[in-house]
Amino acid sequence: MDKVWLVIKREYLSRVQKKSFLLATLLTPLIFPAIMGIFIWIALDDVDRLYLSIIEVVDENNLFFIESSEQYAFSFSNTSFEEAKRMVRDGERFGAIHIPSLDLSNPSGITFYSSTTPSIGLRTFIENSLKRRIEEQKLFEAGIDPDVLDAYRTKVTLQTVTLDISGEEKISDASVNYIIGFISGILIYIFIFIYGNQIMQGVIEEKSSRIIEILVSSIRPFQLMLGKIIGIGAVGLTQFLIWIVLIGSLSAFVMGYLGLQMPQQQLMELGSPELSGQMYPDNNVYQTFMVLQSINFFQLIMTFIFYFLGGYLLYGALFAAIGAAIDAPSEAQQFMLPITIPLLIAYMGLFIFVLDDPNSNASFWLSIIPLTSPIAMMGRASYGIPFSELLLSIGLLITGFICTTWLAGKIYRIGILIHGTKVNYKTIWKWVKSD
Amino acid sequence: MNILEIQQLNKSYGNNKALSNVNLSIPSGGIFGVLGPNGAGKTTLIRIINQIIDQDSGEVLFKNQPLKRTHIKNIGYLPEERGLYKKMKVWDQLIYFTRLKGLSSEETKNKVEAWLERLEISHWKHKRIDDLSKGMAQKVQFISAVLHEPELLILDEPFSGFDPVNAELIKNEILSLKEKGVTILLSTHRMESVELLCDEIAMFNKSEKILSGKLKSVKNQFRTNTFELKIKNPDTLNVPATWHCMESGEYHSYHILIEEGKVNELLQQALGIGEIVGFKEILPSMEEIFIQQVKMHENG
Repeated sequence: MDKVWLVIKREYLSRVQKKSFLLATLLTPLIFPAIMGIFIWIALDDVDRLYLSIIEVVDENNLFFIESSEQYAFSFSNTSFEEAKRMVRDGERFGAIHIPSLDLSNPSGITFYSSTTPSIGLRTFIENSLKRRIEEQKLFEAGIDPDVLDAYRTKVTLQTVTLDISGEEKISDASVNYIIGFISGILIYIFIFIYGNQIMQGVIEEKSSRIIEILVSSIRPFQLMLGKIIGIGAVGLTQFLIWIVLIGSLSAFVMGYLGLQMPQQQLMELGSPELSGQMYPDNNVYQTFMVLQSINFFQLIMTFIFYFLGGYLLYGALFAAIGAAIDAPSEAQQFMLPITIPLLIAYMGLFIFVLDDPNSNASFWLSIIPLTSPIAMMGRASYGIPFSELLLSIGLLITGFICTTWLAGKIYRIGILIHGTKVNYKTIWKWVKSD
Repeated sequence: MNILEIQQLNKSYGNNKALSNVNLSIPSGGIFGVLGPNGAGKTTLIRIINQIIDQDSGEVLFKNQPLKRTHIKNIGYLPEERGLYKKMKVWDQLIYFTRLKGLSSEETKNKVEAWLERLEISHWKHKRIDDLSKGMAQKVQFISAVLHEPELLILDEPFSGFDPVNAELIKNEILSLKEKGVTILLSTHRMESVELLCDEIAMFNKSEKILSGKLKSVKNQFRTNTFELKIKNPDTLNVPATWHCMESGEYHSYHILIEEGKVNELLQQALGIGEIVGFKEILPSMEEIFIQQVKMHENG
C-alpha cells in the first residue's frame, strides 16, 4: 500500500506543480464569464450602432399595420408591388412584404421579399403582428370588442411545492433544477474525458519510454495502475474544489460590486410574512432564492462528488487499459468506442430524457446502469430522488468500477510489456482470459 | 552458496516457447553472464527473476527461499530498453525509484547524494531529464539500478548506448560492485565484455540452455589443441607443412594443431628450427564458441 501511495503522490505532484495546471485552474472559471461578457459587449455595441432597416409593406387590403421596432421600420406608402420589389433590388429597402387580397378565414399568399434571408426573429415578429391584426379584425366582425376580451384574459402561474415525509413544504422550480442538473452532468462528462485522457497519456508515456520495465520490477502492475488513477483523480478533485472556492468568492464579489445584498439577508426581509402578507409571495427574486434554499445542497454536492469520482474511476480504469494496449496516442482511436458510446448515450440521455422528465422509465434506467449513471443521475439528483434508488445506483456504480478496474488490470498487466505488436480486440480478450 | 537457483523453468507466450525446462544455479558473488542471440529467452528469464511476469511452471529460489515480492528490495535491474520520466528532475526521479524498492526516505537521500557525486553528475541533480545528455541520463539510470544496494544486480546489455568513456566508467563500477560482494547477472551478446567480466556463463538458444559453466572451463571444453609458436629467424625450409604461418618477417608466428600430450615434442621440434620467443595455447574466443554453438543447434 505504501508503494501505491508513492505512485499517487508522484502522479499528483507532477501534475499540480505544472504551470499549465495553475493556469487552467485559475483561468477556466473566468473563461465562461469572459465569453458571456464578450457576447454582451458585442450585443451592446450592436445596439449602439443600430441603424434602421426599412421594410416596405404593400397591403392590398388596406387593413394591416405593423408597429416599427428599434431595428425595423415598416413603411405603408401605397407603393405598387413592382415598385417595392425594385426598391429592395436597388437597396433602398431592406425588404418588402406583399399582402394580397385575403380571405380572413384562410389567409395565404403573404410574401416577404429581401436580398438576404430574414432572421427567424424578424419573421416571427411579422407573423405575430399580422396574426394579431387578423384576429382583431375577426373579433370585430363577430361583434366582440377586443378591449373587452383583453379584460377577460387572466394570467395564472402555478406555484409548485414539494412535500416531503416530514410534511415540510418547499417551493420547487424545475428550471432551477434543470440548470443544476445540466451543469453538473456536463461537468462530470468533461471531467471523465479530460482526466481519463491524462491517465491514458501517462500509461503510454511509461510504456513507450520503457520506464515501465523498471516500475513493474518494483511494484505490481495493478498497484501502479491504481496509484495512477487515484493520483490523477485527486488532481481533478483539487481543481474542482479550487473552482468552487473561486466561483464562490467571485460571485460574492460581483454581487457585492453590483450593490446587491447577500441572498440570506434578502430572504429574511422578503420571507417575513408581515412584509409580504402572502404565504408564497409572487416575486421572482424571492422565488429563485426560495428554490435555491429548498434544495439540499449538502446532499447534492455529496452526490455530485460521489458520481464525479465514481464515473471517473469506472472509466479511468478503461482509459488505463487502452493506454496499456497501444504504443502511441494515435492508435487509441480503435479502442475508444466502448468508452465514447456509453458516455454519449448518457450525455444525450441527460438532455432528451432525464432533464425533461426525471421520473420516466428511461431516466430511471440511465441513472441506474453504472456506465451512464454518473452523468444521468446528476440530472435526476437535482430534482430529488427516492433514497432507495440512489442507494441502488451507488451500489451498482461501485460494483461497476470494481469490475472495470479488475478487467483493466488484466489488460494492463500484459499490455504494458508488449511492444510493436498489432493489438486488436481479439488479443485483448486473450489477455483478459489468461491467468 | 547460490544466490539464485532455477529449477525446471518453463514459460510460453501462446504457442511460442520462451523457456523450456531451464535449470540454472547462479553462485553468490561474481559476475554471471547470460548469453544468447535475440529471442533466446534471456529477457523472459530476467523478467521472471524480477517478478515482472510469472513462469508457467518451475521454481526460482532466491537464497534458498522461493522468490517473493519482498526480495524486490534485494534485486537491482537495469533493463536493456531504458527510460526515465523526461519532465522529472534527476533527484526526484532517483528518490522515487528507490523508494518504490521499499527504502525509507532518509536512507534514500544520502545514497542518492553519494552516487551522484561518485558518477560526477551531482550538479545536475535539479535538472530535468530532458535537459541532460544521453550519457548523463544513462548514468542516472545506472544509479537507479544500484542505489538500494541490491545483493543481486541484473544488467541487460549494460553497455549498449554508452560511449566508450562511459562504458569504461560503468565497467569499473560493475567490477567494484563485484568486489563488494554483489552478484551480477549480465545479459549480453557482446562477447568481448563477457571475456573481460564474467566468471561464469550460461548460453541460451531458442528457449533452451545449451551450455553453462565457469568461463575458463567452457573455453577449455572447446579447446582444439592449437598452439601459437613465435620463432625468431626460423629455418623456413625445415618448417613442417602442418604449421600454418600467420606472420612472417624477422619473427614468424605459426598456428599448430597437435595431438593431446604432444606439446614437448612440438617444442623440441621447434628448437631445431629457430629461437623460440613465444609459445601459448590458443583457446577459442567466446564469440567463436557462441557462433559455433548457435549454428550447431540451428542445424539440429
